[in-house]
Amino acid sequence: MPGNTPTGLLPTGLARGTPAAGGSATDAPGPEAARTAPGPGGQHAAAAAPHLSVVPAGRAESAPGARGTAPGAQPGKPAARRRNRTWFRIISPLVVLIGWQLVSMSGLISQQKLPPPSTVFHTAITLITTSNAAYGTLQGAMLVSLERVAIGFAVGGAAGLVLGVIAGLSRLGENSVDPLMQMLRTLPLFGLIPVFIVWFGIGQLPKILLIALGAAIPLYLNTFSGIRNVDAKLAEAGQSLGLHRGETIRHIILPGALPQILVGLRQSLGIAWLALVVAEQINANAGLGYIINQGQAFLNNSVIFVALLVYCVLGLLTDALVRLMERRALAWRQGLLDH
Amino acid sequence: MAPRTAGSLTAGAPAAGTRAPGAPAADAPAAPADTAPRAAWVRGLSREFAGQRVLDQLDLDIAPGEFVALIGRSGSGKSTLLRALAGLDRGVTGDLGVAGTAAVAFQEPRLLPWRRVWANVGLGLRTGDAKTVALDALEEVGLGARANAWPLTLSGGEAQRAALARALVREPSLLLLDEPFSALDALTTITMHRLVLRLWAHHEPAVLLVTHDVDEALSLSDRVLVLAGGQIAFSERIEVPRPRERDHPELAALRNRLLTELGVVTEG
Repeated sequence: MPGNTPTGLLPTGLARGTPAAGGSATDAPGPEAARTAPGPGGQHAAAAAPHLSVVPAGRAESAPGARGTAPGAQPGKPAARRRNRTWFRIISPLVVLIGWQLVSMSGLISQQKLPPPSTVFHTAITLITTSNAAYGTLQGAMLVSLERVAIGFAVGGAAGLVLGVIAGLSRLGENSVDPLMQMLRTLPLFGLIPVFIVWFGIGQLPKILLIALGAAIPLYLNTFSGIRNVDAKLAEAGQSLGLHRGETIRHIILPGALPQILVGLRQSLGIAWLALVVAEQINANAGLGYIINQGQAFLNNSVIFVALLVYCVLGLLTDALVRLMERRALAWRQGLLDH
Repeated sequence: MAPRTAGSLTAGAPAAGTRAPGAPAADAPAAPADTAPRAAWVRGLSREFAGQRVLDQLDLDIAPGEFVALIGRSGSGKSTLLRALAGLDRGVTGDLGVAGTAAVAFQEPRLLPWRRVWANVGLGLRTGDAKTVALDALEEVGLGARANAWPLTLSGGEAQRAALARALVREPSLLLLDEPFSALDALTTITMHRLVLRLWAHHEPAVLLVTHDVDEALSLSDRVLVLAGGQIAFSERIEVPRPRERDHPELAALRNRLLTELGVVTEG
């Protein structure tokens, strides 16, 4: 479960619900029930994070199934079943891929419009090994795109994080930062492109700014609400232990907000890639978006597909990176999830 | 146990201290001039929530090493008084002070889930060997084996023991227990009662135990107080030696008395 559902989303509610609910649930007479059923922790997640509606649904979906098949399951069994299911997940993409190849080869759809995977693969190899006058090399374009997204995300993410902390920690901060961020949030990001071109021209700057702006918002929102949702009782306990304000922030508030900050991080990364694709298709002379534009100009759809696939892979890789971070930084939650 | 410093949590309100003769000035805290040393004192303490007076000119002294149980109906202000003594309530008026340090164990363990158990116990300790001290304390509450565990993997009883260790590691002169056993099952509670008595005998802090459980108060405390109408409405010493039999005649009589004080009609 934790492996393939949006992990980042799942534990936020749990983390919030745990100090009291988790502590007493494990000590209650029926620990089995507390583990499998979407108990107080789950409900809490639903109540506390209404905007993350994906979460409770995924949880509710998996929990009754686990209960239905094996009410008193041995600790070893669910893990085995989970592994089974993971392996199972490869099948459907494979079927689609094979179907795509067959449809293309049979001539049902012209190969010009939908090149078969084999052609796409071949095009990818060619783009990597030879430098074409029209496209450059694939890896070169990738580097250009990566650089844009890295700079844009770093700038925007940092801004979102800092502003979220400022707004989260004080009323004054909230009142000065939040109205502006809420206004920015409702601005249609891609509607800004013409304005950005007028202001900043067609170089790197408008592209990076667009990515930064897109990346800043989710990280801001999640950091802000993550901080505000930290259990006040924990902060009070810290106070009773003689922690100063700075120590309370460092030991209690920021770690408590971290699960949701990481959710924001993943959402920000997603938007950063999206903004990159859009930004690069407007007046770019290098990068993956440029390759797509060229592919369109030369009616070479397989080049477009290669570029799209690279976007996919890069997006997946960055997401995996954040997941790895999550597993490291939120190791304390593992005890609860594996339990 | 000698109070180390007269560190006071004086909540200054100009007129409130008038009841205590020679009450300490707001910024020059000292034990009230009369009689014996105190672990904690409260003079003319009041607290209002939305116009509702929960504490009303309350006075209380706790002697060093004394085990005091405070019972009262729900909403009677027991926890408000405890939180005031812990320095967690800035809205009280009147004078109060703690000689030395106060430490709290709350109803919920309130462990930080992202810090290992020992790091929770050592949280906020200013000494260099915080880890050693924390490990010793965990050993003392019988949780040495779980020192490296994540709090979320502890049972309710274990978590509450860790919370006790976290309070005691500060060597408090006043240990404030805010219904710390109310969320535990009956068997765990018995074990925890014994543990608390053992720790109290060893460290000799004054204890203020807030509870709604009359029997718990009777079996643990030197003195039992009933909080009603915002004041200490009843106070009685318990001289019965520990461990106490539940049906000791003196305790049985006191139990009936307490229930009456609490407004519970006793039959028979």
